[in-house]
Amino acid sequence: MNYFLQETKKSVLSALWLMILTFPLMVLKVNIFESVVTLRWNNMIWIGIGTFFLSWLWRFLLDRKENGSGNKTQETEIPGKFSLRKSLNEKRIKIPTLAVLAVLVLAFPFMVKFYQVSIMTSALMFVILGLGLNIVIGYGGLLHLGYAAFYAMGAYSYGLLYLYWGVQFWVALPLGAVSGAVFGIVIGVPVLRLRGDYLAIVTLAFGEIARLLLENMSGFTKGPEGIAQIPRPAFFVKLSLQGATTYLFYICIVLVLFTIFIIRRLEDSRIGRALEAMKEDDIAAQSMGIDLAKTKLITFALGAVWAGMVGVLLASKTTYINPGSFTLMESVMILVAVVLGGTGSIPGVILGAFLVTLIPEYFRVLADYRMLMFGVALVVMSIFRPQGIIPRVRKRYLVGEDKI
Amino acid sequence: MSRTILDITDFSMVFGGLRAVDHVHMHIDEGEIVALIGPNGAGKTTLFNCVTGVYTPSEGDIRVSGSDSEMIRTNGKKPNKITELGLARTFQNIRLFSSMTALENVMIGRHPKLKAGIFGAIFRDKKTMTEEAQVITDSLSILRKLDLEKYANEPASSLPYGAQRLLEIARAMATEPQLLLLDEPAAGMNPQETKELDDTIKRIRDEEGMTILLIEHDMSLVMSLSERIYVLDYGKMIAQGSPDEMKSDPAVIKAYLGE
Amino acid sequence: MKYFLQLVLAGLTKGSIYALIALGYTMVYGIIKLINFAHGEIYMIGAFTALIVGGALQITTGLPPLSILAISLAAAIFFSSGYGVTMEKIAYKPLRNAPRLTALISAIGMSLILQNYVLLAQTSDFLPFRSMIPNFPFLTPGKSLVTTTQLVILVTTIVVMVLLTLLIKFTKMGKAMRATSQDKVMAQLVGIDINKVITFTFAIGSATAAIGGVLIANHMGQINFYIGFLAGIKAFVAAVLGGIGSIPGAVLGSLVLGMTESFGAGYISSAYEDAFAFVILIIILIFKPSGLLGRNEIEKV
Repeated sequence: MNYFLQETKKSVLSALWLMILTFPLMVLKVNIFESVVTLRWNNMIWIGIGTFFLSWLWRFLLDRKENGSGNKTQETEIPGKFSLRKSLNEKRIKIPTLAVLAVLVLAFPFMVKFYQVSIMTSALMFVILGLGLNIVIGYGGLLHLGYAAFYAMGAYSYGLLYLYWGVQFWVALPLGAVSGAVFGIVIGVPVLRLRGDYLAIVTLAFGEIARLLLENMSGFTKGPEGIAQIPRPAFFVKLSLQGATTYLFYICIVLVLFTIFIIRRLEDSRIGRALEAMKEDDIAAQSMGIDLAKTKLITFALGAVWAGMVGVLLASKTTYINPGSFTLMESVMILVAVVLGGTGSIPGVILGAFLVTLIPEYFRVLADYRMLMFGVALVVMSIFRPQGIIPRVRKRYLVGEDKI
Repeated sequence: MSRTILDITDFSMVFGGLRAVDHVHMHIDEGEIVALIGPNGAGKTTLFNCVTGVYTPSEGDIRVSGSDSEMIRTNGKKPNKITELGLARTFQNIRLFSSMTALENVMIGRHPKLKAGIFGAIFRDKKTMTEEAQVITDSLSILRKLDLEKYANEPASSLPYGAQRLLEIARAMATEPQLLLLDEPAAGMNPQETKELDDTIKRIRDEEGMTILLIEHDMSLVMSLSERIYVLDYGKMIAQGSPDEMKSDPAVIKAYLGE
Repeated sequence: MKYFLQLVLAGLTKGSIYALIALGYTMVYGIIKLINFAHGEIYMIGAFTALIVGGALQITTGLPPLSILAISLAAAIFFSSGYGVTMEKIAYKPLRNAPRLTALISAIGMSLILQNYVLLAQTSDFLPFRSMIPNFPFLTPGKSLVTTTQLVILVTTIVVMVLLTLLIKFTKMGKAMRATSQDKVMAQLVGIDINKVITFTFAIGSATAAIGGVLIANHMGQINFYIGFLAGIKAFVAAVLGGIGSIPGAVLGSLVLGMTESFGAGYISSAYEDAFAFVILIIILIFKPSGLLGRNEIEKV
């Protein structure tokens, strides 16, 4: 009973404090022109009530976290416990599930309205972006806040190549990927000696510089007006808007699968292990013969390749690009997708990407609160579940008679 | 005549105003087990760090035996290059890759001996796949040698303390070094574990042909294991010789017991 | 010549504002080794609070402008510190022992939350800020060279600097702050309550940022929810330039940055004004990561 009383007191105090703290911004509204001061007391009441209950929940969760088994960065398998992942891996469930999925995916554009196809295509593109950033953050442990710059490079390489040399989609696609990789190395070289926080800020700075350059080099890049009329991919003949977007949808599906395929191979390889060792403990990694400089550059390049590729996809989807699509906010959103879904985990990042792109679409009501919710998601996930919604599961090797 | 693996001449390490290591001479020959002892703060780990490339020596020369027995100067080389030359180390405070499994930790140790790059990773050609299979086999056998096989798929951080220390050694061994530098391998171990470590290190030297240099505070282990001992105090080498000689050396006794 | 002097003044003014914000960054980093991404938002909240409180007072009461200014300033300081301290308790305290990456992500999240909170609670428009600083008659002859607000900014910054230095050097809390930033564990062992120290650091850092926010609002004549972001990044650059963790460094870095921006925009190109900060940041981190006045931290292996 005493405990209950104490907790109530704490919640009440928290609620009172927040009500006072948020008074000027939430309650007051001042209009200088009309000399009007509005008082929105109902806001205060909401804050009070909300804080009362939320602070209780918060403290409860924090207690649980502190007394729990500590933060796991990955799942450990408990024999006997039901695991979705495990059941999905069994052949007799896996194959039919994949078959059904494949049919659904292929039929999708014909089952729904055109607008949905467009949204889903954007979501798929975001998945690739998330997977790419995941290489840098999830495997390499390098907090990159300027990822959108690579995205921009890809898009602008298509745009500029088209503008000046009439290059078409299929040629631009690999070139975009290459330009991403090159740019990745360019950004990687100066930051080789930086660690953690500094790396984050500098990559952010590079991202912003890239955008500023694109905006201001009007002669070359057409500045804020952007480049328009970038061609969509043609299927032997020029397609209609519907046709081209549907075509792009299928292209994206293929590319997503391709991305997953390549990344899984990288994950389970000498290079993949080197990246992870660097992430875990770079000094120990170096002592084990891993060339940190080379590995960092590889990480940046490998991560950037995908962004470059998606940049080309974006350019061809919207046919118009301008520096405004590649802001810091974009980089942050991709970061949210990775952190929310599960850093270092492919299914996690895919889920995260879908959540970040589709929730604002399907819950239009919440549109204004979108960024706020992302911020909350970042804080909450960092504190309570840094491993993400779907954490990474490590590979188990066959040892003796041990079966996976 | 056994060749010299490590040759340190007139080596000093200066940090700002502090001379952490002062004009030290040292050499290690093939097949030896040599101990570096001294009170805390004497500069032992600093010496390790300079030999392995974490720091660059301020003065003097550190030379390592190359593939053709020519001595290569390692001052200023990066740690990964020095590992490629055949020096591997463990750390005073365990620096395992904690979320990776024991097996994966050792597999990373194989890194300098492998060749596969991005191309191999993506295309998985025959050469790469053979190499990968070999990595797993080799790493498992190293774990087996140190009796750590049962932990193969466990995350490194979940291993008991003594096993973690052994795992660091296993990981270092995986790089196929000619010289293994162990920084306080017995720290925190009970007498039973220390005795086992004693046997293990001797086995490593005898069966794997690795030369060993260790920093240790556990005197019984030092006396039992090492053939030669170097004693460091306040950065200076105050004595060197066989274990028996060190036991009765007045300078050593003074350093440890004070005035 | 006159143009040159104007640029100097403009540079000093900018630099002063950056300094007020950079102090918060550098102090927090010194204490808990975290880049408080959301610090710029605290500055913005200070500006908004002053706007709202000041505006409300202007409309509903007939108080003289200087009183309104004083009250708004006090309000800004109080509320910004409140936000800073609360923010620390919610988003940073639970992560004190977590890997740096995680805490950094939490900070980014906090920045998003605060930005959008203000956006939603108030408005996304630019809000006009009627300057509450009266014109000093004695400055009229030199008006084309230095305005009243500029002078106020410079003087205020100097005063804050002096007070802060006295605080750090001579008070018990100041000593505790220095101890904690050097060795957290040791400080605890000698009986310092580091929770209090950290809270206090956040409070002071937020307070100076709030002062900066109020001053800039008076100077620029308008504010909006996004000003924290850019100013925050630049102030951070300034702190790093001077040597993160060093208070005099933060001031020095800020002045250098302010002058560079002013002269760069004045003589080279005003379109790239924002880029100067980023370029400086990159150069400094590549060539001298410890900053102008910082100490080289050697990692113990």
